[in-house]
This record gives sequence, structure tokens and C-alpha cells, in this order.
Amino acid sequence: MKEVLDGTPLISVRGLEKSFAGLKVLNGIDIDIKNGEIIAVIGPSGCGKSTFLRCLNCMEDPTGGSIFFDGEDIADVKVDINKHRENIGMVFQQFNLFNNKTVIDNITLAPIYCANKRLKAIKRKNFLTKLLRRPSEELILVDKDKKTIKAEAEAEARELLRFIGLEEKADAYPSTLSGGQKQRIAIARAIAMKPKVILFDEPTSALDPEMVGEVLDLMKKLADEKMTMVIVTHEMGFAREVADRILFINEGVIAEEGTPEEIFDDPKTERLKVFLSKVL
Amino acid sequence: MKAWNLFYKQFITYGGYHSVLDGLLATVEIAVFGLLIGVVIGTLIAVVKVMQKNKLIIKILEKVCDCYVAFFRGTPMVVQLLIGYFVLVPALGISLDGIVVAIIIFGLNSGAYVSEIMRAGIQSVDQGQLEAGRAVGLPYSVAMMKIVIPQSVKNILPTLGNEFIVLIKETSIVSFIAVVDITKAFRSIGDANYEYIVPYLILAAIYLVIVLGITYLIKLLERRLKRNERSA
Repeated sequence: MKEVLDGTPLISVRGLEKSFAGLKVLNGIDIDIKNGEIIAVIGPSGCGKSTFLRCLNCMEDPTGGSIFFDGEDIADVKVDINKHRENIGMVFQQFNLFNNKTVIDNITLAPIYCANKRLKAIKRKNFLTKLLRRPSEELILVDKDKKTIKAEAEAEARELLRFIGLEEKADAYPSTLSGGQKQRIAIARAIAMKPKVILFDEPTSALDPEMVGEVLDLMKKLADEKMTMVIVTHEMGFAREVADRILFINEGVIAEEGTPEEIFDDPKTERLKVFLSKVL
Repeated sequence: MKAWNLFYKQFITYGGYHSVLDGLLATVEIAVFGLLIGVVIGTLIAVVKVMQKNKLIIKILEKVCDCYVAFFRGTPMVVQLLIGYFVLVPALGISLDGIVVAIIIFGLNSGAYVSEIMRAGIQSVDQGQLEAGRAVGLPYSVAMMKIVIPQSVKNILPTLGNEFIVLIKETSIVSFIAVVDITKAFRSIGDANYEYIVPYLILAAIYLVIVLGITYLIKLLERRLKRNERSA
């Protein structure tokens, strides 16, 4: 096991609740996720583990509780969620690569958009400073234009494609790729935003068995680079090997949590014992 | 033969082809600009309709869109043209060319139809595409414009082409508001001698050629857009 991680939590979840049309799926979840920590979320189907994950970046708006990220409660609808989502990557079960974009465009779309947005904001600020002749404000140096932003994003994307071993697929469309390749590119797309945490929603469940390995290997590589990850998974072996902490969710609450050893070798609750006896 | 000679004289010698060419231009202008306006309006309405209805403003917008669609689908286009040209324009105290009024009314009318086509198109795109776009930090509008709508347009292209064909043919009613389109031009040629066989048959042939041409172009476009769908 890795050394004990320190520092303030990256994400603090307090009393998280979520109902769909009166049906309560999450029933008060509390957890702190630390920087660099790898958390695996397991549980029977329909227990709310995917919903929990999707609440962490407000893909589903929580109906109660708070999620503190970067000093803000992102469960509050008034918060600019797009700003925070730039820092929270997500990988989906069904990959969800943009079908109308090539692989490289899939990876660069959001980085280019966000960089251009920041550039625009700086230019607007400079313009106002000049217009109002504020002596206290200094002009912010603009060292990039749209062209260099695009070139840099593409260079970084190619670097990432090398990292995941799919350099030659840069100009291919998603429909020409295998499931494993799609998921690796989806992971690269998430990394390209340089997020502080990546959420994985059953990343290998839609894959052919022989492609599961390549995706898990990539995730292990990320783990080695100390990327913070929250992984909903049915791959118990992988969870045991990679995770620092495992959450067992049942009926909308964290029924048990602990290190992989505690969860797999010494389960406390009856429900977890039954669950493990079925999946192991 | 006599009918042909009369037509020839009217068409060439008396310069009837001028008004036919002008009319053809008017027909194409009204249909093309009408469709462009229609696609913009239709897309906006469709997006309002597929949005999550968790805000009051969106609920109100949806009701407004419903009324709009109900009016433009529920009344004949001729009536809309007449109201636009003879009621609204004078009431607003502005002077607008008949062809401009026609373009606006055709645009508004086709917007109502395109909105339903567009909505089906947007719903045909997997929800995950929008989610993936939002998950990397794109705002709703950007994710729709860059990811969902391009994919939905590909899906609805045949239906959208159909709408364009309908528009082309329906322009033949604009003479109600004194616009000379190709139908009106040929009718005038016929009126000169009360000899209609040749002008009307040629008129029908011209519409047919235009529509077949458009059909062909749409097929080409569809093939081009489907290029990124071939499987490995």
C-alpha cells in the first residue's frame, strides 16, 4: 500500500442526496477524497454507485447535501459548474467519443475552447483597463493567439496519443476504432484537460473481455502518476490491486469502507459478505 | 404548332424570357433564404423543446414556441402571406418589398416545420454525446452547436431536403402578394394570347428539373457527411 496521503481533501461530500421523481437513490453520503487518492466504488447493481459518481461533477444535480471542490459547493446551482468540470475529468461506460470529430479533435476540442475563452477574458480585461485608464491595473501579457493555442493543444494531444499507444489513430474517426481503443482515447480526452481528478463510470463494462486489459493497464499507468481517481467498477481484482480505499455502496449509503484488505479479506457487514461471495 | 409559335413569339420576340429569368431568381431566393431562416428558427425551437424544463423561463419559452408552431402549421401559407403583406406591413408603417415579405413568411413558416424535424434529429443523437461534451467543461450551447447538432443534421438531411423541395414548390403562391415568381412569369406569357399549354408544360418541367437537381445534390451531401461512419 502507498504511504498515507496527507493534505486537505480535494473533494468533500457531505450528506449527498439524490432522488429521481420521488425515488431516493442516494441517501446521505459523506466522504473526503484526498489528492492523489484512488478510490474504487463497488456495490450491487442499482445501489446508486453510478449516480454517486455522476453527482460528483453534477452530471446529475444533487437534490440534497453539498460537494466541496476547490473551495466551492458545486452542488449549489448558482456555481459556474463548467469552470469546475474543466478540473473534473469523466470517463463513461459507453466511451461517448464525439462521433463527428476525429480522434485528435476529440482530444483538443475542450482544451482549445477553454484556452480561447481565457484568452478572450484577458483581452476584455486589458481593453477595459486601457479604456478606463486604471493606473492600478497592469495589462496582462497576451503571449498566445488562436493559432498557437491550437498548435499547442494538438502537440499535447499527440503526446497523449503516444502515451496511450495510439499515435497512428490521430486522424481516424471513432467509428473505425475498437472498444478498447475508444476507451483509451476517452481517457486521453479527460487527461488533456489536466484535471485534478478523473471519474470513471464502469470504464470496462462495455468492453470485450480481451480489451479490458489494455484499458486497466492505462488506468494503472495513471495511478502510478498519482492521478486522483474515483472508479466505479466491477473488476474486483483491479480494485484490490490499484485502489487505496474501497467504498461499498448499498441502498444509497456507504455501507462499508476501508482498504482493499479490510474490504475483501475481512468484510464486516452481512450485505458485503453476500455481495463478495457472488462476485468473487 | 400554333401554340408553340405563339409561345415562341411571346417568350423570345417580346422578351418574355426576362420576366421568366427574374421569376426563377425570385423563386430560388425565396426558397433558399426561407429555408435558411427556417433552419435557424427551427433549431432554436427544437433546442428549447429538448432542454430540461427545470427553469420557469424555459417553460415560458416552450409555451411561446408551441403557440408559434401551432399558428404557422395551423393556417395556410397563403393566408400568412396575405396577413403579412396586407395587414402587418401597413400596420407597422414600413415599406417592404413583396419578395422580402415572402422570404420572411416562408422562413417563419418553414421554421415551424423544421423545428419538429430538428427535434427528432437531436433526439436521435445519443444522450451520451451531450454528457461527454458537458463533462469536459463545455457549456450547453457549445456542446449542442459543436457536437449534437452536427450529428443530428446528418441524420435528418433527407427530411430537411424534403422540406426544401416543398418550399421550392410552394413559392408558386407568392403572386398573391404581387411578387413575380416563375409561375407568375409563365402565366403572364400564357395570358398574352390565352394560350396556356406550352407555357404551363414548360413551367412544370422547370420545377421538375429543379427538384431533381436538388434531390441529387442532397444525395451527394449525404454521402459526404456519412464518410466518417464507415466501419473499420
